[in-house]
Amino acid sequence: MSSSQSTAQDKQIRTGAQIVCETLIDEGVSTMFGLPGGAVLPLYGVFSQYSQLRHVLVRHEQAAAMAADGYARVTGKPGVCIATSGPGATNLITGLATSMMDSVPVVAITGQVSSAAIGTDAFQETDITGSTLAVTKHNYLVTRAEDINRVLREAFHIARTGRPGPVLVDIPRDVFQAPAEFRRDEPLNLPGYHGTITAPEEQVERLAALINSAQRPVILAGHGAIIARAFKELRLLAEKAQIPVATSLLGISAIAEDHPLSIGFPGMHGMAYTSLALDEADLIISFGARFDDRIVGDIKRFAPRARKAHVDIDPCELNKTVRVDAAVNGDVRQVLKQLIPLTSIAKRPEWLERMETLKREHPLARKAEERSPDELLQGPEVIAALSQVTGGGAIICTGVGQHQMWAAQHYRFTRHNSLITSGGLGAMGYEVPSAIGVQIGAPEEQVWSICGDGGFQMTMMELATVAENRLPVKYLIMNNNHLGMIVQWQDMFYNKDYQACAYTANPDFAKLAEAYGIKAIKVSSRGQLEPALRQAAEHSGPVLLDCIIEKVENVFPMIPSGQSVQELIEEPASL
Amino acid sequence: MADPDNSTSGASHSESHTITALVQDIPGVLARIAATFRRRGFNIASLTVGHSEKPGMSRMTFVVIGNSSAINMAATQLERLVEVVEVQDITNQQIVWRELALVKVRRTPENRAEIGEIGAIFRASIVDIGAEGVTFEVTGGTDKINSMINLLRPFGVLEVMRTGRVATRRCDDSGQEDSEQGI
Repeated sequence: MSSSQSTAQDKQIRTGAQIVCETLIDEGVSTMFGLPGGAVLPLYGVFSQYSQLRHVLVRHEQAAAMAADGYARVTGKPGVCIATSGPGATNLITGLATSMMDSVPVVAITGQVSSAAIGTDAFQETDITGSTLAVTKHNYLVTRAEDINRVLREAFHIARTGRPGPVLVDIPRDVFQAPAEFRRDEPLNLPGYHGTITAPEEQVERLAALINSAQRPVILAGHGAIIARAFKELRLLAEKAQIPVATSLLGISAIAEDHPLSIGFPGMHGMAYTSLALDEADLIISFGARFDDRIVGDIKRFAPRARKAHVDIDPCELNKTVRVDAAVNGDVRQVLKQLIPLTSIAKRPEWLERMETLKREHPLARKAEERSPDELLQGPEVIAALSQVTGGGAIICTGVGQHQMWAAQHYRFTRHNSLITSGGLGAMGYEVPSAIGVQIGAPEEQVWSICGDGGFQMTMMELATVAENRLPVKYLIMNNNHLGMIVQWQDMFYNKDYQACAYTANPDFAKLAEAYGIKAIKVSSRGQLEPALRQAAEHSGPVLLDCIIEKVENVFPMIPSGQSVQELIEEPASL
Repeated sequence: MADPDNSTSGASHSESHTITALVQDIPGVLARIAATFRRRGFNIASLTVGHSEKPGMSRMTFVVIGNSSAINMAATQLERLVEVVEVQDITNQQIVWRELALVKVRRTPENRAEIGEIGAIFRASIVDIGAEGVTFEVTGGTDKINSMINLLRPFGVLEVMRTGRVATRRCDDSGQEDSEQGI
């Protein structure tokens, strides 16, 4: 399709596909994760005209969505994924749901059957805009090529502003092919959308008053603090008013874990000392944490001595489940900037001493046992060793399950925004593709992906993508040949009736990696661990470490679902 | 001090609230709103939608049943949707509201006088007549329409078509353009 571009009076005529690419470039996109198909081939047909756009070919569209998600978390820019109609689009859904639950900006572009065929159950047709209503912040079906530029600009705006989230844009095949006048100046048609609002001064003043009168305050920093990149402001407030800082799972690394005011993360598998601190507090201030059930447990008995305050960019989260005494609707970073001058300098030596006492009396790590180097590894020590070897400065991706909880507990995160995990949705399989997106988004960083042997197998075909793109990700499989978290729940709550949790036919993961041309290291005893980790860290390309870990063991501490810190279990009942 | 019962889903009783929303008139907006309500478990007693005085915008009127915090949450969730421009809970404000029903009744020489009288009492108009029966159009409150239908039942009600509620705040007497507060 030739483009006409001579005098100012001539209209710029482009095909829909070209308009897509030029708009993506305008929006600062450099990388797209995708897999082609019939309905989206016209888009792929123009990629060769746009060398600024890098396309990363995956092996399953779910990986495209999850890679875009990982990319967005680490760069702060919307991740872009592309799929064809029908099965290509439906394969994105788990990835979109991951981004939706964790407020991650992603723009998904799907091909659709030709406009005339829509609604006729055509080949590879799915109503993807209907199907993704629940898992997208917003979505579009574009009917005219003239609308593509405005719709895509709206999609990026919605994805990245306010509470970020995934936006899907569905484009029929004939619309990709249709010529249209390419205009960049059509205003966005979003009269009902207000991205980021400024918190009313009275709300911030009320919060400041609560802080200034509290004796035993605790900050709970959530994903909102990380999305807002409020690291400096969070630390300044905590230091000025001497407030200990706990985090939600997704808030981990909002504060460096070696900061004296850092007190870990509470909740179902959080540190006992953190849950106890919340229980003793007289004020809990959430900055971008949504009082999720993993932290709150039994609402009636959550932090009974504390007033609660909540700063959140999404008004729907304020007073959604836990009733708060002060709600501030705004961006966490902006609110902190307003709040710090209003907060009094404070000294709380007794309260901070109490934090140290709790840490001492309820340590996370079990006392170092005398175990020989020939014994099998245990989950927590693998993570602790990784933390040592990397100095706590790597970016850690995880899957979902026991290994995820151990990673959150035992890795000492010192780099801001360095835990990339599917917290809200809890999607197994996230470990492999997320690391792809993270490494591409942060090419200079060392990226480790902690994998469960169960989740790894959901997306392990993406090792091909890793190899093809020469991404130096280090995949560490915590291999116990089981769905570990399932075993734990069946052990604790289903009378040890172990059903459908043993993987008795796992492949030799090291051989599998080598089949993809990826360096593999097998670790089967404690003595081999540290040298293997160092070897992997120093290798310039991708590495897969297959770490055989011991008999299935349970993650502790644990507060069973819907309970409170009174029911917290610190040690196993019997060894 | 701190309230031991943190929960927002308190034991307060169910109320019926009227909520209006101004939404962009774009394909799919109704589906998105319905999906949002269903997903969050909000109880919608009725819903009407039609073009408003603003070009490209429609107005929706919902009757939502729940306790006050559930209703607050419904309104906030609605407002968060991209195509929804404005949401107002007008329950406790001075409002004018109406529903409409078309009621088809079997009509015989024996009952026509009585049916006619019932229609007149409720200020309903006859909009269609035939061998099968007669169709009344009645507007007003829910109770009024319910009463008329109940009175017609013994004669043989063939069909009832009801709309949801449409509502608007009463005209402001203070002379100000956009008064947010009810009287």
